[in-house]
Amino acid sequence: MRTKRLSAALSVLLAGALVAGCSSSPEEETPQETGPVELTFWTWAPNMDKIAAVWNEAHPDIKVTVSKQAGGDEAAAKFLTAAKAGNAPDLVQAEYQMLPSFVAAEAVADIKADVEGVRGEFSDGIWRLVTLGTDAVYGLPQDSGPMMLYYRQDLFARYGLEVPRTWEEYAAAARTVHARDKSVYLGGFSSKDPGWFAGLAQQAGGQWWSITGEAWQVGINDDATKKVADFWGGLAKEGVVDTQAPWTPEWNAALNGGKLLTWSSAVWGPGVLSSNAPDGKGKWAIAPLPQWSAGENHSGFWGGSSIAVSAGSKHRKAAAQFLSWLNTDAKAVDLLIKEAAIYPAAKSGQQLLTTAPEYFANQPDFWQQATTIAGTARGFTFGPNVNVAYGAYKDAFDKAVQQKSSFTDALAAVQDATVADMKKSGFTLAS
Amino acid sequence: MSTAQQGARAARAGATPYLYLAPAVVLFTLFVAAPIGYTAYLSMRRVKFSGLGLGKNSRTEIFVGLDNYRAAVADGEFWAGWLRVLGYAGLVLTLMLGLALVFALLLDSARVRLARFSRIAIFLPYAVPGVVATLLWGFLYLPSLSPVHATLRAFGVENVDLLDPSTVLFSMVNVAIWGGTGFNMLVLYTQLRAIPRDYYEAARIDGASELAIALRVKVPMLAPALVLTTVFSIIATIQVFTEPMTLRPISNAVSSTWSPLMKVYTDAFVNGDLYSAAATSLVIALISVVPSLLFMRLVRRRAFGEER
Repeated sequence: MRTKRLSAALSVLLAGALVAGCSSSPEEETPQETGPVELTFWTWAPNMDKIAAVWNEAHPDIKVTVSKQAGGDEAAAKFLTAAKAGNAPDLVQAEYQMLPSFVAAEAVADIKADVEGVRGEFSDGIWRLVTLGTDAVYGLPQDSGPMMLYYRQDLFARYGLEVPRTWEEYAAAARTVHARDKSVYLGGFSSKDPGWFAGLAQQAGGQWWSITGEAWQVGINDDATKKVADFWGGLAKEGVVDTQAPWTPEWNAALNGGKLLTWSSAVWGPGVLSSNAPDGKGKWAIAPLPQWSAGENHSGFWGGSSIAVSAGSKHRKAAAQFLSWLNTDAKAVDLLIKEAAIYPAAKSGQQLLTTAPEYFANQPDFWQQATTIAGTARGFTFGPNVNVAYGAYKDAFDKAVQQKSSFTDALAAVQDATVADMKKSGFTLAS
Repeated sequence: MSTAQQGARAARAGATPYLYLAPAVVLFTLFVAAPIGYTAYLSMRRVKFSGLGLGKNSRTEIFVGLDNYRAAVADGEFWAGWLRVLGYAGLVLTLMLGLALVFALLLDSARVRLARFSRIAIFLPYAVPGVVATLLWGFLYLPSLSPVHATLRAFGVENVDLLDPSTVLFSMVNVAIWGGTGFNMLVLYTQLRAIPRDYYEAARIDGASELAIALRVKVPMLAPALVLTTVFSIIATIQVFTEPMTLRPISNAVSSTWSPLMKVYTDAFVNGDLYSAAATSLVIALISVVPSLLFMRLVRRRAFGEER
């Protein structure tokens, strides 16, 4: 009988513990009257913990704890899920294209009143990306990703190639190279990187989303973007550009082994090249992207991110204070460049970039070139369902690449999926 | 025992049986019933935006009844996903269970050498997590780094892309078989060891060959274990997710809705539509239960000797 009673008592205890376990969540409501304000910060920028440590040292009243995240599409999904569950961090890194969906989900706070003083630190184009063209301010810009052409100087010399100034020249060079050696490509088309394609569309003058009055207009298959899709579709069909999925060991090997002579990428490229193609050190150089017509000078953006304060944060003011420091204070921006290897969005930060990355020792004026190119980059407004459009891009262009079918049709599929989703969600669309 | 006696006993026992049940009931409620309930609740709702969807209060959650379910079953891609999974499941079930059975019978036969080593070697891949296994195989499928391609070339097969639409299914099946055979082999083997040796002796005296013993004595006696492994495998293959999801970044041939579960993932975590995802996942649960139940019904009497 004793064992019986014992186990009965145990089961009561266990049940009690379980009930207690699930009812003890909302205890952090009470503001701490002593001790510092605690802020959590989700970011994928490397070494951000070191930068936060510098802040914590100087600001004992606001303690920032960095939680390193994986970047990419999943980062946005994770934050939205956490926000829905009420567990969002105080501060979150948000790629520019994801910010509108964060705003639409009411997951980030308007910090206009708290960051009034730093408006002048950013260019109008970048600032638009955090206001979305409204009166509110949903975050502060951290870095930007103006696009440029990375090319193998040594192999261009060996193949007797000029750096292509127009896309037409690029296409000709692509044919020449592949004809000379079937295993070598001038460059690649990526069906896995919608952000890359969006950047090229921006260069061509595409406007994927725009606001007219109180309605959204979706122009993913506008004429400018169609031109881009057609161009790559033609080259892919001819088989003169590489269409394998990038970011794989296979792709790294091609980049490293001189099987890919160029990479149309963004200013953050050196970090990728130095880790994925270590043998290319001192052999790559940058040039402006090829242009659509000779004499033009445009670029687009691939990537770049802002830091936002989550709507659920109880310390909005403190969070905004840290944000302003992180992205505009000279010392902090210098740390961002050196520790996190980012291309800062703040105007003042770009003057801090002096010595070329070690990997580009062969191009001592790397940053001067990059800054000049950055000045030519133009962006566009991102809509509230970029995630849907980007997801549709991967599916549609994966298929088009596989079947060597029309890229313009694939682009139309992306447009349709995006519009259908916006209609279903109830957004007002301009007819 | 009369009902009166039973009642008296129950009264004497008081709350004790309920206390015994409590932990299981509480755990079940918290971790099974409540989440399913919440999923059902979500599946009948949707977010509705107004205007640009950017200002305050432009976002509301509304009740939409069965709309999400209607959309889920009306989606052609959902059924195309089922078709792909059906092909995948057919291949995995026959090849994996077939191999598992053959290995189990071989290991059980008296004449096999290195039995212990072989058993562990066949079982070991099961201990490798699915994501890791798929990544390993995925890298092996990429041409320039891979001994697989070198081997194929040695046999005169040139330039085969193991990740294109015509081959990617087999590449996935290969990963599943590599990872799953060991476990099923072990279940079958354990059951085989539990069969009294006398039967074999009797069969041998009757002049049966080893093959005849395997086919006519061992396999029929393995029936319950075969049913068990088949049901587990049906459930596992219907829920295939890890392999296609992990191969997707390195292949152009796996769409975001390749399998039904991937569609749920894409809806929930790429498109941010938890509501459609909830509806689709309940439809999948319903569809998965049916073949398992049908199979059980079909074989119950034979395998478990449940006769009335």
